[in-house]
Amino acid sequence: MTSPATNAATMTMAQALNTALRGAMREDRDVLVLGEDVGTLGGVFRITDGLAAEFGARRCLDTPLAEAGILGTAVGMAMYGLRPVVEMQFDAFVYPAFEQLVSHVAKMRNRTAGRIALPITIRVPYGGGIGGVEHHSDSSESYYAHTPGLHVVTPATVGDAHGLLRAAIASNDPVVFLEPKRLYWSKDEFAPTDTPVPPIGRAVVRRTGASATLLTYGPSVPVCLEAAEAAKAEGWDLSVVDLRSLVPFDDETVCAAVRATGRAVVVHEASGYAGFGAEIAARVSERCFHHLAAPVLRVTGFDIPYPPPMLERHHLPGVDRILDAVARLQWEQ
Amino acid sequence: MTLLDDSSTPVLVWTPGAHGPRRDPAPLLPDPEPFRMLGTEAAAELDADLLRGLYRRLVLGRRYNQQATTLTKQGRLAVYPASTGQEACEIAAATALRETDWLFPSYRDTLAAVSRGVRPVEALTLLRGDAHSGYDPYEHRVAPLSTPLATQAPHAVGLAYAAQLRGDDLVAMALVGDGGTSEGDFHEALNFAAVLNAPVVFLVQNNGYAISVPLAKQSAAPTLAHKAVGYGISGRLVDGNDAAAMHIVLSESVEHARSGCGPVLVEAVTYRLDAHTNADDATRYRSPEEVAAWQAHDPLTVLERHLREHGLLDDTGVAEAAEAAEELAAEMRAEFHTDPLPDPLSLFTHVYAEPTSQLREQAAELRAWLTADAAGAPTAVPKRRR
Repeated sequence: MTSPATNAATMTMAQALNTALRGAMREDRDVLVLGEDVGTLGGVFRITDGLAAEFGARRCLDTPLAEAGILGTAVGMAMYGLRPVVEMQFDAFVYPAFEQLVSHVAKMRNRTAGRIALPITIRVPYGGGIGGVEHHSDSSESYYAHTPGLHVVTPATVGDAHGLLRAAIASNDPVVFLEPKRLYWSKDEFAPTDTPVPPIGRAVVRRTGASATLLTYGPSVPVCLEAAEAAKAEGWDLSVVDLRSLVPFDDETVCAAVRATGRAVVVHEASGYAGFGAEIAARVSERCFHHLAAPVLRVTGFDIPYPPPMLERHHLPGVDRILDAVARLQWEQ
Repeated sequence: MTLLDDSSTPVLVWTPGAHGPRRDPAPLLPDPEPFRMLGTEAAAELDADLLRGLYRRLVLGRRYNQQATTLTKQGRLAVYPASTGQEACEIAAATALRETDWLFPSYRDTLAAVSRGVRPVEALTLLRGDAHSGYDPYEHRVAPLSTPLATQAPHAVGLAYAAQLRGDDLVAMALVGDGGTSEGDFHEALNFAAVLNAPVVFLVQNNGYAISVPLAKQSAAPTLAHKAVGYGISGRLVDGNDAAAMHIVLSESVEHARSGCGPVLVEAVTYRLDAHTNADDATRYRSPEEVAAWQAHDPLTVLERHLREHGLLDDTGVAEAAEAAEELAAEMRAEFHTDPLPDPLSLFTHVYAEPTSQLREQAAELRAWLTADAAGAPTAVPKRRR
């Protein structure tokens, strides 16, 4: 993750995202940003800080407070050849835009036989762990991943935040870009101009171990890495795979990492029932069955509406629950 | 707002600023009655060629609706939501726009698309069922037909804004029905267009019913055109069965938007003479007397009467228009006579710019089945399929 380049600087994920937006807007006049409070304020998380000052209020557009209108307007902009980057202020505020997302954004290329492409990036700060009050901590990735026509990516590192956002903006398909908001303030040394943009659709192995493989993404990646460190004391050497892209799904990297250990645990914040982890577990079981020494287990948020902040630590998968799951991987056989 | 302290007591005074300017709504209000031209004294001044052109388009439009309805009875179209009785609105949407402008139709607006140059067989592909959208939207600048109501209205706003940003001179027109005005996207589109000052014209064809639900159960607004005032834009109320009035009001609205004066909401009062679609039974929710009253105000009848009264149309002119309409109908019959053969493997082609590895696998699976089917016996795949 650390770049040897001379122009490397330590920055937060929030700054890396801002750098990516700024770079894309400088290079391509067709890139514009729109959303609630993205202009003068720079966004509630300051991801668009300074963009209105540099590129003008018409390219960093403070919109009325209406998410369907924001995304629907972006559709028309993209039809005309622009590359809109939409900011949805919080995860649960995307829902008013759901019809635009599902019925138009995801389907436009298909329903027009490829004649209309919609290169729209939809940035969504998502997930919990920041003490957010109701409607500010949802993990809604499975809704998007279940919708053919959308790409769904989520970074876990500062470098990936920059690279994947550049890749999303450059993509000719709509990309739901899920930003783990509790990692906004994570820091890393990083050189934006020297770091290659990772392709959308490739997972990365963050840690290689021999005992079992943790399959995870977004805000749960650091938790899994922490769990892998703690597991050493129990005698387990864990692999950690950061999916980065939920759609397209990198079967190749995931299956190779699972086959290497024969045991897998899927970890994510979202509720487990019919969640994205179910898809991962099913794919791994279908493709790696003869390499598996134990059923694929899931460690997820409970099947409850996201809890109030004082209770969220019980809901979010933590190191202990992950290690408990690893312990249940039928080692005695 | 500012606090003025020119006396001993501070007074809160409204000024333009964060809370926005206060504006007089009066100039935005629609006329109290739908604007009419035909049958009025002013109509005598109208350009004869314009009126004759509208007449020919109306005759074509009516024949188009009849032929498409017939095609449903022959099983050539899965379903057809006719715009019979609303043809003046549909054709005026086309005549008011320049070639470089954009039209954003709903599923009932195939006639407007055809009037802009889309071939009937391509406009009706959605309703035939071989593809979701049969025409190239960029060829005639007609967006795909939108089935979720009013959801294409924000697209019109975004496209118009994008054009404005690039310095291109164009207007986008979005077509919505009376029922569609209840949708949130209609509201959001009007609000965005107004705030962004985007060159958009919203045409609401108020045909009285959203399938079976009459307007009284849809809206308590004085008229649908009055909704414009709430967004700070102009509302126009027009007789949707008066082709001349429709052309004039829409042309004025388009030029209003084009000249940077902001979007316009036009309510055209009209009537759907046919049922919602061929699958609907309109006798369950409206009386024969009501339909008969509107048949007497048929846009074609209204225009033909005016033209004959002013000596602008004779039997030869009527026959010529009818002949052109029969040619269109014959062309439609010929184009729909053959069964389309959509390629099953095209299902995977346009989901993404490049198919994902998962889609490539699924396409290969389908291809194997198709090959086995074509060979008459399953070979590449197990026989357990059925």
